Amino acid sequence: MNKDAILRVENLVTSFDTEAGRIRAVDDVSFEVRKGEVLGIVGESGCGKSVTALSVMRLLPQPSGRIESGRIMFSGTNIADLPAERMHEIRGNRISMIFQEPMTALNPVHRIGDQIGEVFRLRYQGMNEKEISEGSVEMLRKVGISDPKKRVEEYPHQISGGMRQRVMIAMALACKPDILIADEPTTALDVTIQAQILELMNQLQAETGMAIIFITHALGVIAETSDRVLVMYAGKVAETGPVDKIFNKPLHPYTKGLLLSIPRLEGERKKKLHVINGMVPALHELPTGCRFRNRCPNAMPVCGTVHPPVSIVEDEHLVNCYLYV
Amino acid sequence: MSEYLLEVNNLKMYFPVYGGIFRRQTGKVHAVDGLSLKIKKGETVGLVGESGCGKTTVGRAVLRLYNLSGGEVFFEGDNISGMTQGELRLLRRNMQMIFQDPFESLDARQTIGEIIEEPFIIHKIGTAKTRRDEIEKLLSRVGLSGSAVTRFPHEFSGGQRQRIGIARAIALKPKLVVCDEPVSALDVSIQSQILNLLLDLQSEMNLTYLFIAHDLSVVKHISDNIAVMYLGKIVEYTDADSVYKNPLHPYTQALISAIPVPDPSERKQKIVLHGDVPSPLSPPPGCRFHTRCPFAFGRCRSEEPELKPAPGTRDEEHLVACHLVNSGK
Repeated sequence: MNKDAILRVENLVTSFDTEAGRIRAVDDVSFEVRKGEVLGIVGESGCGKSVTALSVMRLLPQPSGRIESGRIMFSGTNIADLPAERMHEIRGNRISMIFQEPMTALNPVHRIGDQIGEVFRLRYQGMNEKEISEGSVEMLRKVGISDPKKRVEEYPHQISGGMRQRVMIAMALACKPDILIADEPTTALDVTIQAQILELMNQLQAETGMAIIFITHALGVIAETSDRVLVMYAGKVAETGPVDKIFNKPLHPYTKGLLLSIPRLEGERKKKLHVINGMVPALHELPTGCRFRNRCPNAMPVCGTVHPPVSIVEDEHLVNCYLYV
Repeated sequence: MSEYLLEVNNLKMYFPVYGGIFRRQTGKVHAVDGLSLKIKKGETVGLVGESGCGKTTVGRAVLRLYNLSGGEVFFEGDNISGMTQGELRLLRRNMQMIFQDPFESLDARQTIGEIIEEPFIIHKIGTAKTRRDEIEKLLSRVGLSGSAVTRFPHEFSGGQRQRIGIARAIALKPKLVVCDEPVSALDVSIQSQILNLLLDLQSEMNLTYLFIAHDLSVVKHISDNIAVMYLGKIVEYTDADSVYKNPLHPYTQALISAIPVPDPSERKQKIVLHGDVPSPLSPPPGCRFHTRCPFAFGRCRSEEPELKPAPGTRDEEHLVACHLVNSGK
């Protein structure tokens, strides 16, 4: 374990009750988050990246979702089995989260200022109303909202999508968390607004020194934001490594395929794009062994046995694939 | 006959907005405000822009899914702007659409066979038997097995549903297909499958595409020419390579700069535009981009720039609507 790790997820298994029986959305996932870094988690829909985040936040949908096994170590405590009351002290205070859709994450019937103020009210019991409202205005100013004194009086529907995401970030950062989990924070935004939000997150991170877990399906966003990357596929980790290794020397056939299949601005027009055949398997009908083997160009007989063990290929660059065993 | 399959002249689409207790019209959304476009047979024109710029409205208007507020649309040289729904019906087999959301664009209560058969029934083509053969051919052409015929949309993944939507669109061998964000809802590994399929079908069937998307990398990959839209207008029009290599309009430059590049060694300083896109209810006077443009000067705030050939480019190949560029500074 790296000495700077502030969050360590060990062999996490999270499952859900479904009509098809109990399925494991996250299956034996381990990783760590270090002080002041951006850890990118990338993968396609259903790969378990959001469920991993919700497990860390202990916000799994109830009663169907539960953490079956594994540990989530945060400042010396295993928060995977922390009682709900004790989790309140951590959630929103020391680990915060922002979501993809800021319209559904904000309460439509409360003023923006009150929603930010609520965070202060819960965290700092001693603050009086004047300090709370000043604090809200200050947070809005910090996230780059112009005329914050007027904005605190407004409701979520009165502001644009980009501004709503800024408000979400303001709420998440009001308590100066150690870790911010950002689940697809720019996916619903236009590309010029996305650039604004990414710049803002970058700047706030430099100011506060918090760690960020950045979850997205967009490889471009990962390349621009992350220090280290976790590539997930069908509930398992495929590959972990520093961002330049993942993009310049990918090891896992899935990572390689993904990088080849995205159209690039500088690429040749109308040229056939690389294709990963087939589709992501449903979680209730997973293949045995490596879950990617049905789509993998390098599949071997051994891939059908059990899930590949982790191989350390280079310092910090880990892969789960029989090609490297 | 004209060399252009589709010609759009000064298209305007306004949508009324009602308000107050008497539900009187209080304003109108200027979704598309004076847009001209020409597409040659077999060519792909990409329409790119951010949400609310009117790109989807253009796609629907050229198919005459709306009654136009102004301007003209010519399909194979015929003016279809004033045609009645009855007249349009005959034309529709030549102009089809692929939608963004493969979940909402297929009737959940119809089998895949019924969904793809519907265009044949509407246009009274073939017998039950020949239709069945056609459907089977279409399904295998888009990469689905014949057993799909009796199954329902919910049994398929997003990528497969998009294939079904494509099979329906090409069923009657149309000339023009409007693709409205056909891959935006799909995962990365599925996106390339669908883009390849669209390119293959185009060369096999000599299809003409109007390809609408917000993702410039995708649009550039599939298009011959690209129109960049901002608030209901085209701000730049040129061939797909020039948009990337030599963008002239400040908005196009910012748009390209804002695209996250999947290469960590390319983390460069971005042109970050400030503020949001203004409301199309009351677009700003002058150049619509002047409120966010880093180069705006006096003239931009009062006088609307015309879309015209940029100085120093050959004839009509690179059009820009910007006072700064067009004055040659």
